[in-house]
Amino acid sequence: MLSTQEKLRYSRQIMLNKVGEQGQLKLRNATVLIVGMGGLGNPVALYLAAAGVGKLLIADGDEVDITNLQRQVLFSQQDVKLNKADTASEKLQLNNPDVDIEVIDEMLDEELADYYIPNVDLVIDCTDNIAARYLLNKACLQHKKPLILGAATGFDGQQMVIDPNNQESACYQCVFPSAENAPVNNCQTIGILGPILAVIGGVQATEALKILMGLPVKTNRLALYDGLNQQWQYFNVKKQTSCTACGHSK
Amino acid sequence: MINVLFFASLREQLGSEKLELSSDGITDVQSLLSALTKLHPNYNNAFNQSILVAVNQEMSTREQTLKPGDEVAFFPPVTGG
Repeated sequence: MLSTQEKLRYSRQIMLNKVGEQGQLKLRNATVLIVGMGGLGNPVALYLAAAGVGKLLIADGDEVDITNLQRQVLFSQQDVKLNKADTASEKLQLNNPDVDIEVIDEMLDEELADYYIPNVDLVIDCTDNIAARYLLNKACLQHKKPLILGAATGFDGQQMVIDPNNQESACYQCVFPSAENAPVNNCQTIGILGPILAVIGGVQATEALKILMGLPVKTNRLALYDGLNQQWQYFNVKKQTSCTACGHSK
Repeated sequence: MINVLFFASLREQLGSEKLELSSDGITDVQSLLSALTKLHPNYNNAFNQSILVAVNQEMSTREQTLKPGDEVAFFPPVTGG
């Protein structure tokens, strides 16, 4: 049962037919792991905390840097040199003290992934490199947890949902089969316009809330956002039987 | 003809959004790329980096065979965040 206070606090989403009190209860009972508390992790965590997701695990081993402040909107100038997950947790608790937040103040490696992922409902990728996404992809396939991928640089963004509980769902490695020739393009090397992260992070948070409330989401689709031309493109992705992560040859 | 589209930063890099290319001699994505690199030196640099390809709106590989009328989209993988 939702308390009177909860009914009021979340009233503007509870009034949506697709949410209702049942949806709100599902959010309250949910646990989400957000990996990376940078440009994508900031808006994703803020929206999930504000929406009343019961428990958030937020992981980042990095410190706030002055060059982050142009886009990582949870952080202030006084937070420079502080751990990102720690600092984000404080800001999120200010927004919503009812959310239980567990800070993982280090980079998620295989061991940590295997420790935390079995106990969450879904994982959100807010990392900034391919290696971390391979790791999350593999762990989510193994533990059968949905993974919501997002990435952004320059004026561009990409987004995709993987559902290992669906046999036909393509995985990250079906799209990016090898790290060979993998770009080292990140916000540090080629720059980023801050709000592009809000666009992609906003889509990731929306997909997460939908999954937690049992609403259908699209898998097997790579969404490409071009902020310079204000344009979305969608490409179908087939599960690759030859995929080394999810196919027959794994 | 093959309809070629460029998206996101690749479009900016090449200064081109789309072009049509005769399908003569083009059997797969790889041979299309070879034909494109001959069009302009810029294309050579652009296609030497990691690049994603979709044929008729479906993610594909460089080995994907092509036929006249196919739409081939190229765009960069985005990895930051």
